[in-house]
Amino acid sequence: MINCTINNKPIRVEKNTTIIEACKNYGIYIPSLCNLDKICNFGTCRMCVVEVEKAKTLQAACVTAVQEGMVIKTNTLKVQKMRKVLYELLLSDHKQQCLSCSRNMTCELQALGRTLGIKESRFNNNESHRKSEVSISITRDMDKCILCRRCISLCNEVQGVGILHAQNRGFDTIISAADEFDLSQTDCIYCGQCTTVCPVGALMETDATEVVKQALNNPNIHTVVQVAPAIRVAIGEEFGYPAGTPVTGKLFSALRDLGFNDIFDTNFAADLTVIEEGTEFLGRIKNAILKGQNQLPMVTSCSPGWIKYCEHNFPDHLHHLSSCKSPHMMLGSLVKSYYANKINVDPRSMFVVSVMPCTAKKFEITRDEMSIDDLHNVDAVLTTRELAALIKEAGIDFTRLPESEADNPLGFSSGAADIFGVTGGVMEAALRTAYELITSRELPFDHLHLKQIEGFDPIKEASITITDPLPAFSYLNNQTLRIAVASGAKNAEVLMKQIKEGTSPYHFIEIMGCPGGCINGGGQPRSKDPLTAQKRLEGLFAEDHRKSIRKSHNNTFVNELYEAFLINPNSHVAHEFLHTHYVRRGKFNEFLND
Amino acid sequence: MLAERHQPCNGNLQINQQEVHKIIDLFDCKRSNLIQILHQLQNVYGFLPIEVLMQVSKKMDVPLSEVTGVVSFYSFFSTQPQGRHTIRVCLGTACYVRGGKKIIEKVQELLQVDLGGTTEDQRFTFEIARCIGACGLAPAVMIDNEVYRQVNSNKLKSILAKYE
Repeated sequence: MINCTINNKPIRVEKNTTIIEACKNYGIYIPSLCNLDKICNFGTCRMCVVEVEKAKTLQAACVTAVQEGMVIKTNTLKVQKMRKVLYELLLSDHKQQCLSCSRNMTCELQALGRTLGIKESRFNNNESHRKSEVSISITRDMDKCILCRRCISLCNEVQGVGILHAQNRGFDTIISAADEFDLSQTDCIYCGQCTTVCPVGALMETDATEVVKQALNNPNIHTVVQVAPAIRVAIGEEFGYPAGTPVTGKLFSALRDLGFNDIFDTNFAADLTVIEEGTEFLGRIKNAILKGQNQLPMVTSCSPGWIKYCEHNFPDHLHHLSSCKSPHMMLGSLVKSYYANKINVDPRSMFVVSVMPCTAKKFEITRDEMSIDDLHNVDAVLTTRELAALIKEAGIDFTRLPESEADNPLGFSSGAADIFGVTGGVMEAALRTAYELITSRELPFDHLHLKQIEGFDPIKEASITITDPLPAFSYLNNQTLRIAVASGAKNAEVLMKQIKEGTSPYHFIEIMGCPGGCINGGGQPRSKDPLTAQKRLEGLFAEDHRKSIRKSHNNTFVNELYEAFLINPNSHVAHEFLHTHYVRRGKFNEFLND
Repeated sequence: MLAERHQPCNGNLQINQQEVHKIIDLFDCKRSNLIQILHQLQNVYGFLPIEVLMQVSKKMDVPLSEVTGVVSFYSFFSTQPQGRHTIRVCLGTACYVRGGKKIIEKVQELLQVDLGGTTEDQRFTFEIARCIGACGLAPAVMIDNEVYRQVNSNKLKSILAKYE
């Protein structure tokens, strides 16, 4: 432990604690626009300067470790004055379109100005102009960028994708892809993690609210909406609820008030995914044991960011990916076929909107494989943040909405579907069904939870030994199924490298592109509280426990769908509507033209 | 929704792959040697085309954006082909007050080339220098490794004529 004095108070901290951390623990606020706990500590914004006795200059609190006997002052006139000057310098190169900026009122730069009591801005009229870009998923307005480099940390250190870096020097500095390429030219996976940490309006999801409003206001269009599992425990944050509060019933009511004709639930398709993916897995393991075919481990395919990562970095191992479309694509596909036929509406006059915690889904819906007869399965993707903005714009008082249910036949779901939104959830949901199909017994764990794959460890693993299976699965007797779960592209890479080297010990792997899974997706409400992910996780498990049916194969609407339309899991019809294939891209998209 | 076309950054990855790898291996393929490796590659190719940087990124497992970040930060790296000769007009304080700017205008007029650019016939690349340490000779011009003293617009034409 180390003793120091902060603002005349004696304080004891662990060795290697930075001044900013020490202050935080003792309730002293130090402003910063770049520092992110344990993630970003470049010390670029300099807003955190403090006075340290005997130091020649002011010190940046986020990169200076507390030393024994250090005397620190965080609130002297000198510090206040310096912070104001630094702030004015940041403003001098910032496109100040605050009133028409999407981050108005949620901008950290704006909020800091208020905190610092900024009353003047002396260095204007000398802005640099940098190349901006509207990609399919992410919009980069680089004239608003304050070069804090948080996005670089997320893209490189957390996700390991390495798309964004500082290019050029001095006033020409721009945070961008290599050589100022557009994101679409690179191996960007559109995970959108950069948009969740940008302190200003420089990195945003690409807007889809306008096309959705056009559709909603066109009487000739039949609008259908679906919401991903992770939305229901996060969107409440935008309306003042504590993180992780499930607001499922109000969410459906809000969508109805917005004017959508049908309110469906991606959860339904999650149950369907369990059946399709589980069946596919059993088929693969049977072929491996009885015919020696090597398509194991099978890897889940719900996360479009992860899929794109795999296509760029492991183009020769795409056969390990499950051929299942992601749940919302399955639902969109069914809406424009089975459901359109059922209600006798021309699918060409339908507009399907998915509300997703994800920016990569905006890219996913444009993939050629995701259309049938030139008709996109899904027409627009709104992020959680965008839907909240639409609800506010429509003047809907979310907190006073009544609870309601999603519409049938594509809105009912089991508890297994809710946990699709969190790392480990897809695997647990699949096992609840697969184990019971194989043995006719329930998954033998407390409350059906496989504790080893819960939580936020980078890579989690578990094994289950099958004993006394049904006669049809006798080849699985005494076989041990080994499974692994990873979230975040960087952790996924570890498991994929094992596959590439032929050393993977697993049969089934779940991967989600964002750290922690969809609850922490690139389209979710921004939060700097490190406990937010845990609270959203708990919210999803609460939803799971609330349901009377907690296993996908007990979803009667899913079973009816098979009887009426899909015939059997993995049938020819199921393949046509619910399965897909992947594209070899390569690190520099070099295989795209092959 | 508009479909987006995904085009490769630049197609040909086969360019001199073995040669690039050889240079990288000279420096043990170490990330901390990235600047030396880029230097060596520039010596070989005259500049650093994106295809070469892609090879570096792939072989060294360093993101391409980081490689181009380094290349674009340092002014002695160039991603454009360079002329056979490089003219550097000194604009350090002494050369500046002794008429360096006029020399720049004259070079631009004679060679029809912008600052930082290369003539169409690939003869000259034109740059400015911030003091080459020859203040006593101001205004000074450096062509490749040769320094010319007290240059004026009249002398310039005959100096340039020496270079093919």
